[in-house]
Amino acid sequence: MKKQPFAFHYHLMLLPGIVLLILFSIVPMFGITIAFQNFKPGLGFWRSEWVGFDNFKYLFELPDSRIILFNTLFIAIGKIIANMIVPVVFALLLNEVRTAWLKRSVQTIVYLPHFLSWVILAGILSDLLSMDGLINQMIGAFGAKPIMFLGSNSWFPSIVIGSDVWKEFGFGTIVYLAALTGINPSLYEAAAIDGATRMQQLRYITLPSLKPTIILLATLSLGNVLNAGFDQIFNLYNPLVYDSGDIIDTYVYRAGLLQVQYGLATAVGLLKSVISFVLIIISYVLASKFANYRIF
Amino acid sequence: MVKNRTLFSRTADGIILALLVLSSILCIFPIWYTIAVSFSDKAAVAGGLVTWLPVDFTLSSYKKILQEQAFFTAFGVSIQRVILGGILNFVICVLMAYPLSRQSYQFRYRNAYMWFLVFTMLFSGGLIPWFMTIKSYGLLDTIWALVLPGAVPVFNVILLVNFFRSTPKDLDEAGMMDGAGPWYMLLKVYLPLSVPVLATITLFSIVMHWNSFFDGLILMNKQEHYPLQTYIQQLVVQINTDNMTTEELRQMAQLSNKTLNAAKIVISMIPILIVYPFLQRFFIHGIMLGSVKE
Repeated sequence: MKKQPFAFHYHLMLLPGIVLLILFSIVPMFGITIAFQNFKPGLGFWRSEWVGFDNFKYLFELPDSRIILFNTLFIAIGKIIANMIVPVVFALLLNEVRTAWLKRSVQTIVYLPHFLSWVILAGILSDLLSMDGLINQMIGAFGAKPIMFLGSNSWFPSIVIGSDVWKEFGFGTIVYLAALTGINPSLYEAAAIDGATRMQQLRYITLPSLKPTIILLATLSLGNVLNAGFDQIFNLYNPLVYDSGDIIDTYVYRAGLLQVQYGLATAVGLLKSVISFVLIIISYVLASKFANYRIF
Repeated sequence: MVKNRTLFSRTADGIILALLVLSSILCIFPIWYTIAVSFSDKAAVAGGLVTWLPVDFTLSSYKKILQEQAFFTAFGVSIQRVILGGILNFVICVLMAYPLSRQSYQFRYRNAYMWFLVFTMLFSGGLIPWFMTIKSYGLLDTIWALVLPGAVPVFNVILLVNFFRSTPKDLDEAGMMDGAGPWYMLLKVYLPLSVPVLATITLFSIVMHWNSFFDGLILMNKQEHYPLQTYIQQLVVQINTDNMTTEELRQMAQLSNKTLNAAKIVISMIPILIVYPFLQRFFIHGIMLGSVKE
């Protein structure tokens, strides 16, 4: 092996980051043992009673656990699908625009919500969607009764999915737009000379060129099926919609930090972490196999 | 392009244009509406008269905020957090990305470090152990609790690693030939070349720090330590009607003050709206450069 004269300097450069990662990412992983304890904050880590898998058994007996799992999957999968379709369609539409300034202004505007926090957006949304809010006034103008959007279990999941699409679709188009600009323009010229219509060009050139990107992002999104979006739901939900809006992460927060059931909450969190981890690994393996994708 | 455009083609263009304009309006309208509410008279808002322009224009909500000590304290905490956290994120990210961008024959531990980073990004102990760790370090109620746990932005490090790796190898060899050490190479050669990516990761970390509310909520016990988003979250968003005390009910009465809340939301958006135009021209470029590899 060749000499590596700078290895010492490289280790030195990495040191601060590695130390911080050990302190704030690795050390908490040892806290996972709480999942196997009847943890009492007063007794602490070392003296709390070990209970094996009792927390997990209890978890599966809880009637809530099925609802929470269903809500998490329903909302997360809904978001994955919607956040797949809308950005592709939007990128295709944007790609048809030849006026540069118009294209740029539309892009600039639709990225903006991505950069605002869910606290702010939830504040805005709950105002717009409240009983006397603007949306209900508009509905009222058509003579319909006001709807309690954020307090109704039938509306809540679709509002969560819809507002997430609203926040993220602009940002999601970036990758597709980049893929679209990568298509060789001579393909279109040749097709046009052969008399292909715009629809035919879309079908035989644009879509096939986008296919790898779509497949890649779909594969990578597999790792997110247990992430329904804590920040968003935490800021939008209320006890009225627990039945349709409570997800794993919000449940862990309430059971753990509010009701001080540390053992149970850690068990739920651990289960989620493990399953997510496995899913992410699978999705990366698939992505590298079929789309030649590497993280680094 | 084709010269004689058909009627169908022109209609399609019209529809596309309309859809794009409509979606832009949809994206901007809720924000615009909130700004309009914040400048409107309280009574007009309560009566539902505001649609897209302020009604009975007034600055009274903003004047009222000027008297609220808690708002400014929270604003200050957020500014402090963004500056400290932003600098820390930047320095650590740059320092880590350079060695990790070396080839294995230049730095044989590269892959081991890289997998370690990816592992910490993908797997976590979960909320409760994370909270208890920070508590055991005695960081609760200090600004460091908001800054240190997220000090290593692994995603940004990977973005920068990929960018560094895409720079021509000749550059590296030329530098080494002239006797430049790793620190010189990083600071004088790689950094000046990476401005778009650096702007992108800086934007991401500023936005992340400015927008976080949850760590403030659980790691800060005293309200005067809340960052702005946590403060707003407590005031505007969280309405827990069950187990409410009279004290809280009294606060509820204040909650219904829509114009004041709108004004607070508007002020908390300002920093993002200021950095956004400057950095957004970089980030599309930056993201693509960092994520597309040869």
